[in-house]
Formats: sequence, C-alpha cells, structure tokens
Amino acid sequence: MDWNTIFVTTVKASIGLETVVYALAAIGVNIQFGYAGLLNFGQAAFLGVAAYGMAVTVATFHLPFWLGILIGLAATIVLAFLLGIPTLRLRADYLAIVTIAAAEIVRLVFRSVKFSSVFGGSDGRQNFSGDFFAMNPYSPGTYGIGPISFNERVTWVLTVGWVLIAIACGLVYLLMKSPWGRVLKAIREDEDAVRSLGKNVFSYKMQALVLGGVVGCLGGFLFALGQASVQPDLFSTEFTFYAYTIVILGGAARVFSPVVGAAIFWVLLVFVGNTLSEAVSAGLLPSLFTVNNIGAVRFMLVGLGLMLLLIFRPQGIFGDKREIALDAR
Amino acid sequence: MRRAVIAFTAFLGGIVFLLSSPAWADGEALKGTLQNQGQPVNGVKISVAGEDGKPVGDATTGADGKWEVPVPKAGKYKVTLDQATLPKGIALKFQNRATLDVQVYEGSERNVLFALAPAGQQGGAATPASSDSSSFWDRVAQLTFEGFNLGLIIALAAMGLSLVFGTTGLTNFAHGELLTFGAMCAYFFNVVVGLPLIWAAVISVVIGGAFGYSQDRFFWGVLRRRGSSLVAMMIISIGLALFLRYVFLFFFGGEGAPYADYNAQPGIQVGPISAAPKNFIAMGIELAVLVIVGLALLKTRVGKAARAVADNPALAASSGINVDGVIRIIWTVGGAIASLAGVMLGLSQNVSFQMGFQILLLVFAGVTLGGLGTAFGALVGSIVVGLFIQLSTVVVPTELKTVGALLVLILVMLFRPQGILGRRERIG
Repeated sequence: MDWNTIFVTTVKASIGLETVVYALAAIGVNIQFGYAGLLNFGQAAFLGVAAYGMAVTVATFHLPFWLGILIGLAATIVLAFLLGIPTLRLRADYLAIVTIAAAEIVRLVFRSVKFSSVFGGSDGRQNFSGDFFAMNPYSPGTYGIGPISFNERVTWVLTVGWVLIAIACGLVYLLMKSPWGRVLKAIREDEDAVRSLGKNVFSYKMQALVLGGVVGCLGGFLFALGQASVQPDLFSTEFTFYAYTIVILGGAARVFSPVVGAAIFWVLLVFVGNTLSEAVSAGLLPSLFTVNNIGAVRFMLVGLGLMLLLIFRPQGIFGDKREIALDAR
Repeated sequence: MRRAVIAFTAFLGGIVFLLSSPAWADGEALKGTLQNQGQPVNGVKISVAGEDGKPVGDATTGADGKWEVPVPKAGKYKVTLDQATLPKGIALKFQNRATLDVQVYEGSERNVLFALAPAGQQGGAATPASSDSSSFWDRVAQLTFEGFNLGLIIALAAMGLSLVFGTTGLTNFAHGELLTFGAMCAYFFNVVVGLPLIWAAVISVVIGGAFGYSQDRFFWGVLRRRGSSLVAMMIISIGLALFLRYVFLFFFGGEGAPYADYNAQPGIQVGPISAAPKNFIAMGIELAVLVIVGLALLKTRVGKAARAVADNPALAASSGINVDGVIRIIWTVGGAIASLAGVMLGLSQNVSFQMGFQILLLVFAGVTLGGLGTAFGALVGSIVVGLFIQLSTVVVPTELKTVGALLVLILVMLFRPQGILGRRERIG
C-alpha cells in the first residue's frame, strides 16, 4: 500500500479540476433545486452546450476565443428558455423527466455521425484552448507545496476556477438576501401563496433556471479548457446525478454547501478509488475484486450514499431541514 | 433487400455495442469483431498504422471474427482492412471506408467497426430507394414490424412503471434496472449455469417478481410508512439506480454479451417482413403477457382493486381495499414483467449493464404519452413510441431516432400533459 501516493492524489483532488467543475455545476443546481425547488435533471446539458458552444466556435469555425465564450453563454440561455417554457408550469416530476430527456437529446446530437463535421462525433473537439493558455500569467514550472503541486497550465485553470466559484458564491449570497431571493424561496415553499400575492411565479422560476444554468455553464467552459478537449459522453445524465448528490451532501439552500460538498465528494471518490486499487494490487482483497471491476465499487458507494443521505439526513451536512424542497407539488 | 436489412441491423447492433462499451481495460488497444449478417468473418487481415503512416501492428480475425492490435500509446491511428483477404461474396459496405482514422484514449481499448455486406449490395442499401416505390413500402412494413417489437418491450416495462406511479406517486428512476436485472438473471442461468434460454427466462421472471416484491416489502414500503416525500423518493430511486447499475457492472463487466441460444438465427420472410423466428415468438409472448395482464386488470378482483388504488388511494382505502397489499402485488407483477421485458430486450440486443437505463427514457416517453398512472395508456403510448422510433428512421438518421422520440415527449408535455388516455386534471 503506497499511502503517500493515495494521500497526495486525495489532497490534490480536494482543489482539483473535477472539484471546481462539479462545484460550479452544483452551485447552479443549488439555485434551481435548493432555492427555487426546481428539479432540473438536465444540468449536464447546460454545461455541454456551453462547452461545445465555445469549442465549436473556436475549433470548427476558427473564430476568436471570447466570441466562443459569448456563444456558449448564449446557447445556455437559449437552452434554459427552451426547457423552461414548456415545463415550468408543470409538476416537479414532469419537469424532471423532460429535463433528463432534453439532456439526452443534446448528448446524442453532439455524438451523432450526422453532425460530426460540426461537433466531431464521439471524439468531440480539440484545439480550442490555445488563446486561454496564452493568457496564462504563470511561467512554466510547478506551483504548490512539496508533492502537492500542479504545473503552470493546471494552476492557471484552477486559479480561474476558484475565482469564478468565489464570484458565484458571492452572487448567490447577495441574491438570496435580496427581495428577489425571498420570493424565490417563497415559491419553493408555496407557489400558490406567492401567486396570490401578485408575483409572476413563472417568470421567477425562469430566472432561477437561467441563472442556475449560466453558473453551471462556467463549469462547462472550465471542464473543456482544463482537459483541452470536449467529448459528448462527459455530459451524460450521471454528471447531473453527481451534482445533485453534491448539493444534497453539502446541504441544499446554503451558499457554500455545493463547494464543500464537491470537495468532500471528490476527496472520498478519489480516496476510495485509490485505496481500493492499491489494496487490489497488494492482494489484500478477495479475488472477486480485480483491477477491472474495482472502479465500479466507488460509484456503487455514490449511489448508496445518495440513498442513505436522503433517507437519514436529507438536509445534508450544513442544511436546515425546514429549508428543503422535498415536498412534491 | 432482406439481406441488406439484416446486414444493416447487424451494423446497427455493432454501433450499439460500440457505444455501450466504456473505457475499461488497462492497456491501449484497437479491437473489433468482424461480422457479416450476424456471422463472424475470419481470416481477414487488419493493419494499424500511426498518424505518420508508420505501421504499428496487424492482426487477422479469428474464428469468432475478433481481432485486436495493441498500440503503444494514446493517439490517432489509421486502421486498414485488407479487402483482398475478405471471403468471396463479402465486401465492405462502404468502399471508401476501408481505412478509418480513430482516436485511442489513455488507458482505453477502442472498438473499430467495419461494416460488411454481401457483394453487390453495398453502398446505399440502407437508404430508401426513391425510384422504387414497392421497396419503400417494404421498408415501411419492415420498420412497422420492428417498431411493434420495440413498442411491446417498452410496454411491458411501462405497465409496471405506470401502475407504481399511479398507486404510490413514485417516479421510479430505478425501473430500468429491473429490466437489466431480468436480463442478467437470464444470462446467468443460460450462459453460466447452462440451462436452455426458455427455462432461464422463466426463472428470471420468477426472480424478477421476487425482486419487485422485496423492493416494496423492505425498501419502498418502509420509506412510505416513514412518510418520505415524493421528491425525496424520486432522488432515492436515482441513488438506487446508480447503485444497482454499478453492481451489475461489477459482476458482469463493461462489455455486452449475447445469450448462448438463438444467436445467429437465419431470418425468415413473411410477406414484406423479414426477421429471425425468435422475434416472432418473442412478440407473441409479449402480446400474450400484455393481454393477460390487461384482462387481469379488467376482470379480476385484484385488478379492479389495483385500478381503484391507482385512481384514488384514499378513496380505495376507505372503501375497504387493502392498499398496501395491492401495491405489493403491483410491485411483484411489475417486477416480473419488467424482468420479461429485460430478457426480450437481451434477445434483440446484447445483455449489458446499461441496457435498462438506456431504454428507461423511452419507457418514460411511453408512459407520459399514454398518461402517467394509467395502465392502458402506458400500453398505447409505448407502442406509439416504438413505432415512432423505428418509422422515423425513414427520414432521420438511425443514430438520432431516439432524439425524435424524446422530442415528442417534450411536445406532449407542452400540449397535452395528461397524455392520450389520461384524464384532464391539475398538473401544474
């Protein structure tokens, strides 16, 4: 058992690219689900259209990077309207089914051979991150403490990512203290009561869906830039489910809980994965476990964890039980 | 035409196989299985070269049609099929696709697919011949048949899902895993134990019923009594689905595999429709089961009670119906017929850990189209979805046929959220 490697990779995972991406996606889910009570199961699609919007603009059409970012943002907002207009008037479970279907549509179109000249099929798109890394202020080298360090490219991506997370958290904090945020929370508690006060519930829900999508889509940009490629299967429905797990783990309707949840989620995932694979190669586990199937175990634990959390502690680590939108409406 | 259709479905099957196998193994490699009309093709030379044209290695397909070339690292490779080594009478379906550029990712084996067809039938065999109207209608008939085949499988799964929703209000995202469970049980008894597939299917249906029963007895029923809210239960079902899917992955592995029986049945021709006999028999069984379940719902006491509970649980309880007992029966029967659907799905495609999840959204589409909570609505909606998916391939590329069905799902939500047979009520 190489505890040193396990320790280093686990600590790196707590601030690494996945944590940043999932934290941003989860902040978006938190706005939609935690504060407004919308069950958007298509968050992966918001990240997907943003990442692809940028990647396709730069890699396929050879247009500038910043235009790509703008197109990615525009695509996210358009998707939010397309999803929201038919479904926000419907019951929570209908919204869930429609958004999950929409996310699959987006993924299938991205990976289709028919449109591969634009989206690149299942291989996706590469060669679009040059302009982003050209802005890198860090000179080549490694940054960090001892073995826990990143090269200049990763450091740059992580810097941008954590700055965006800080901005997003600040935004959520200010918004939810404002009258707008109070209306949103009131909609989560009792939609009809809010409607009877003369508020346009549909419009508020739509604003929450768009805002959550836009915050999530920042994660999509970073995912694409950090890996210097986009592939359709990165944005599968399981991505959305993990984002929900993170929100529920941290505690819904809390400003920092998606960030803490993402860090804990990835630390646990990486730690369990590494420990198990080290244990397998050291021959400490029964022969039922092999190098090939050990990866499945940690995702079993994710599913198990999600179930147990909702059954025994639906408010997560920091949440308040009175503040969770778990009543069907 | 018939052979072309079979070749085409083999090609599609290959694609499904290709899409469903995740990056799983350790070393990077290129591999594939060469098949013509479902039969392996051996002795064909396949060579791999790097992006710069330097040869990396070559392989010859074995008796099972499989080939594999390990590559030194992730990157782009050119894979070439030596057409001179193809057996007589078999040719590449698309002549310009003898060399494919493929990307191999870090730590993953990449499947490469060469589509083969009988010589003389390559090229546009899969597109409708617009000049020949009779072959167009042949194709429509064939697709209608395949649509019914798919629709009946969806209907089997949808009945249970819809009744569970009607009686308990649970939107069960783990219902797809009931299908996978059935297919895996049948696979275990058929391939590992060695029973004939029919007995394996019977056992799997029984075990599936027991699985449904115990899910309600030890899990959902307990949660209902604790007073868990419906949204919490929906997310719990997602957790359960994730858990079960990865349990299947753990024991079964990431690759799809067929049953031991009825693998490469030669097709038979009935009118304009050609299909393997197993498809006709499977459809007969599916229809029979659906009719029996439908009659049971209409005629028996339990069936009437089930419909009453689905309609209004509180009213049913106050008129003396044992609601919990009815729900348990619905879970048991729902689990059993979902198992059957899984076995049937495994017949028309490979058994894989994701098969239930992949069809779940189509089941949801069928259920919502018919009207959530209604048993017969689910039946009608599912068959419409199945037909729509297959017939839409006349105009849209086959890989996007699911997209059409999911779009219809969204449009139904927009214009008639109560579905075809659902009653109009407040749903917003």
